[in-house]
This record gives sequence, C-alpha cells and structure tokens, in this order.
Amino acid sequence: MILEQLETSAAEFERATGWALKREGACKGTVCVPLPPRVHAGSPGNERVDVEAVAGRLGMPLVHDDVAGVWALGPESAITGRALTTAAAPDLELPDFDGNPFRLSSLLGQKVLLVSWASW
Amino acid sequence: MREELHPYGLEIVTVALDTAGGDAARPFVEKAAPRHPSLLDQAHSVDAAFGVVNVPNGVWIDEHGMIVRPAEPAFPGRNPVTAKFREMSLDGLPDDVADMLREVKKFRTDPDGYVAMVRDWVTRGSESPYALGPEAVIERSQPRSLDTARAAAHFELGQHFHRGGDHGRAVVHWREAHRLQPENWTYKRQAWNFEDPVRQGPTDVYDSCWIADVKRFGAENYYPPVVP
Repeated sequence: MILEQLETSAAEFERATGWALKREGACKGTVCVPLPPRVHAGSPGNERVDVEAVAGRLGMPLVHDDVAGVWALGPESAITGRALTTAAAPDLELPDFDGNPFRLSSLLGQKVLLVSWASW
Repeated sequence: MREELHPYGLEIVTVALDTAGGDAARPFVEKAAPRHPSLLDQAHSVDAAFGVVNVPNGVWIDEHGMIVRPAEPAFPGRNPVTAKFREMSLDGLPDDVADMLREVKKFRTDPDGYVAMVRDWVTRGSESPYALGPEAVIERSQPRSLDTARAAAHFELGQHFHRGGDHGRAVVHWREAHRLQPENWTYKRQAWNFEDPVRQGPTDVYDSCWIADVKRFGAENYYPPVVP
C-alpha cells in the first residue's frame, strides 16, 4: 500500500491490506488482533487509521522513500510468520484483458484453481 | 483440463503477472482463447496475497472460499514449451543459450501428477487427501519474516516509481526487494526482464541474473516438488 501520509481511511486500509478494523481489533478471515486504543478514530463511516500503530501491531513494515517522500506498507509478518494469516481466500479484484473488473468472490460455490503465470 | 473438469464444478482463473501491462501476455491469451476468467495483475498482488514466488503457480480454493492448497508450482496440463526445451539438442547453440537450456532440462516438473491431484479433488472434494485443512494450508504457505514483508514493500515502491516514469528509482527498490527475498523469482524475473527481455542475462543494473541464480539455488529447486 503506497501512502503519502501515515493516516488513511478504514475503508482504504481494508481494501489495500485485507484487514478490517472492528471494535474487537484488526480482523482478517477468522483472525482478530486487539489494537491499542485510539488507533482508529472519527465518525462511523469516516474512520481514520493511525497506520504506524496498526503496522507495528501486525508486523507490517513501513518503508520510506526519502527522495519522493512516500511510504509503502508491506504485508503482515507477526501473526503466523507465513504468507497466509488465514486460510480464507482474500477477495482479489483484478481486471480481465478487456479491462473489466473481476472479483474472485464471484466464484463462490465453485472450486477454483487460481493459476499465476507470466510471459517473461 | 478446464473443459474436462468444469462440468464437475471446477473453474480455472489465470492471472498474468506483468508490471508492463497486458501487451506482452495478450498474444498468449488470444491464442489460447480461454473460456475461463483470464486476468491481469500489474501490481503482482498475488505475491503478497497468496505467497506466490515463481510462475507457474497454483492455489486451490474450495466452494466456501477457503484455500485448500496454498501457492505451489502448478502445471495444469503439459506445457508444450517445456516439452520442446526438453527435447532440444544443445548442439550448435551459442554457449550462453546452451548453458540456459542445460539448466532448464534439470527442472523437475510433473504435469500429469498435478492434473491427477486436481482431478481427485474435483471428484472427491474435502475427502481428497490433497485438499488440506486450514492449519496445514497456513503452515505450507511461504515463510514470511519481517524482511520478506519489507521486500514486498520495496517491490511495491519500485512498481510505483516505474509506473510514474522513474525507472531509475524503481531499480533502487527492486534491488532491495531482491536482496531481502532472494528466493522470490517473480520479483527478480520481472525486474531483469526490463533490462534484457530475451535472456534476463547479466547487466550493470542488477547484481545477479537468471542463469547465475538458477545455478546458485540449483535448477532442481527452481520448481520445488509438489508435496501431496
């Protein structure tokens, strides 16, 4: 997740990282991690997230580019120590080759074999 | 395989990883004319989301949206390119090409075995021994240390600068991603490909290249064997 400041909306944070910020903490699939108070504030529907505080709790690195003054927030590393925190598949949304968005969750009810490939 | 198994409830979704956009992959897609969803992942989002570190790679997801096999080398059918490489003679090839081909011939892949596993899962569902429980799925997904997570952040910064037209700044971050997670072939091959799209050979830009790293890690480890 590319950030120009260390604060973002809860909705944007969830879209980019898969972590939903709820009353019980930061949640992904069946996993919820309690957060320190005041990590997210604001009115319902317009909640702001203190990215540095959440990142520290979940083991997400914040890497700063000093030249451009932007940060990248990496994925969590502190929960399972593996690429997957939960076996629940992330709801990936990617475009097809005509530019139409496609959501993985539209295939619920079928088995899916997701194959990554490259031309290079 | 898709046409055989789709009537029994399997859908295949292909995801092409390419920072440069869809133009390079498009001819392959048009030739294959797939009936399944064929997607483009310019950001390499499957790397961080699923732990993909090389291609081709497969993830199995059941009817309830649960991953039952994490990212692993996947060969959904015989690959005509790999088969052709295996049969090619090294005679008369330029030394560097022969060197690459010699390593490719050492790759261990088992397309027939993989397809048999998928077929078993589609037929037997959660009764299939190849469909893993949630703990095993997490445990078998790629390790992620803080350094591995930092590699993902640097790779994303590189993508950000490359898209913005600052390729030089992108290289700084891609080099760092390679240093932090040397076992991630997609980060390396994607970056090398911008400098030398034919051989991903040695350049002044990166410390390593395809042939050097294949030899360093061992060609037999390029696609780790799929553990049933």
